[in-house]
This record gives sequence, C-alpha cells and structure tokens, in this order.
Amino acid sequence: MQWNSVSEFFAMGGYALYVWGSFGLTAAVMIIEVLTVRKQRHDILRNLRQELQSEITRS
Amino acid sequence: MNIREIHWFKFASPQNFYYLAGRMLPWFVALATLLAAAGLWISFFVAPVDAQQGQGYRIIFVHVPASQMAMFIYLVMASWAGFGLAFNTRLSGMMASALAPTGALFAFLSLVTGAVWGKPMWGAWWVWDARLTSTLILLFLYLGFLALQSSIDDPRRADKACAVLALVGVVNVPIIYFSVKWWNTLHQGASVSLTKSAMASTMLAGMLIMLFAFWMYAIAMALSRVRNIILERERHTEWVKYAVE
Repeated sequence: MQWNSVSEFFAMGGYALYVWGSFGLTAAVMIIEVLTVRKQRHDILRNLRQELQSEITRS
Repeated sequence: MNIREIHWFKFASPQNFYYLAGRMLPWFVALATLLAAAGLWISFFVAPVDAQQGQGYRIIFVHVPASQMAMFIYLVMASWAGFGLAFNTRLSGMMASALAPTGALFAFLSLVTGAVWGKPMWGAWWVWDARLTSTLILLFLYLGFLALQSSIDDPRRADKACAVLALVGVVNVPIIYFSVKWWNTLHQGASVSLTKSAMASTMLAGMLIMLFAFWMYAIAMALSRVRNIILERERHTEWVKYAVE
C-alpha cells in the first residue's frame, strides 16, 4: 500500500487536479461512448420495429 | 475438427457476423471490466511513487495505453479498409467505420491527458513537438475519416473513399512511433523496450494491464457499433426484419 491516509491518497502528492483530471476524463469519455452506442441501437431498433409495424398494417 | 472444414468466409457476411458479434460482446465487456479493475488497483495502490515526478507520473497509466490504442486502432482500421478495397467485402468497410470513432476518442484522450501531464512536468500544456504534432495529425485523420463517411450518402462509395483516406494516413503511424528517436523532442523516449525497461516492474505491469483493458474495451465498442451499422445498412433485408421482431 502506497498511502498513509485517505486524504493523502486524494491529494496525489500535490498533483490531484492533474491525476484525477486525466483519469476522470478518460472514464467520462468511455461512459459517454458506451451510452451513445447503446442509445443508437435503441433508436435503430425502435425505427425498424415501427417500419415493420406500418408494413403489417398496410398489407 | 479439421481446420479446412471451418467456413472462414461464412462470417464475412454481415448477417452471420451480426450474431457472432452479439455472442462475443459479453466476453469482451467482462474482460475489459476485470482488467480495468486490476489495472486501476495496480495504478494507485501497488505501483510505487516515481523518484522524479512524484505521484504525478500516475497519469502514465491512462496516457500511454490511450496513445498506443489510438495508433493501433488506426492500423487495424486501415487494414480492414484495405481488405475491403482488395476483396470488395461489405463487412470490411463496416468494421473500419465502427473502429474510427473509438480511435478518435483515444487520440483525443491521448492529447488531453498528455497536456494535463505536460503542464506540471514541462510547464506547458502544449508544445509543437514532433510527437505531439504527429498525434494531433492522427486525430485529424480520424476526424477526416468520419467527416468523409458522413458526407457521402451511398455507404459503399463512402467506404471506398474512406479506405483510400485511411490507407494514405497510415504513413503517419510510424512517424508518431519513431518521432522521439528521429527528432530532438521534449517528449520522453519509449518507456518500454524489450531489452531494458526504464520503469519498475509493477509500473510496467500496471501499464500493460491497462493497455489490455483498453484493448478489450475497444473490441467491445467496435463490435457493438458494427452491430448498429449492420442493422442500419441491411434494414431492407428479410433477416433484419426477422431479427428485430
């Protein structure tokens, strides 16, 4: 273990903003990407189902 | 089973690949999650403090994997694109377009985490150094690929145009990789080499595990995005109607 206390861990030896900033940004970008692709899939499926439904009612 | 009995080109059809990707996806998600958890644990609790940079060096655990993935994804994307040009397989272009956004995000993360690392260590967010500039060009290549893709309506023509762009841009990847050797730069040299490594073994292990985590993440993203692309492009086929029901 590299740390003596929780506050020391969060302080990152004075580099808190830089270290947490870069890890936080990476995590945020990844989460946003996952959510975007998931929403895209949701929208595509909804559109396809609507198209299919209207085809069935027309025939 | 005899290896010749496997129908390799079976999965070159978007329909079969759609289902194959769906079955592979949970495994890559699980691997990415486990590796990221292990990598983060090593990054913050196992790897010792750096003698020169103190705790600030820990940015390396996201910066180096993100940069390597940005370059590696470009090579994979260009290979798919080249394969598509040579064999005219539809899935290749779809794979290339599925990889581009993830590659662009890694290039962006590489530049931003690099800037955040540069500020406390070099005293500047940005310098027009060979490695930084060539990485910026990599980001522009990705963005150019995406812009070109969305500007051409016919997806098959878009794939061909983008493939040419991707293949021309490949020349930039070795420039990034060797930039620290070819030019006198502010950026430090390679942290990892086969003969001697400049880092403590736990630092190296943490970095490699984070790299594998990012790798699995990129595969998972490419697979789930290619599934979306397949559904969109094959929307008028019978199997898609059957699949969404």
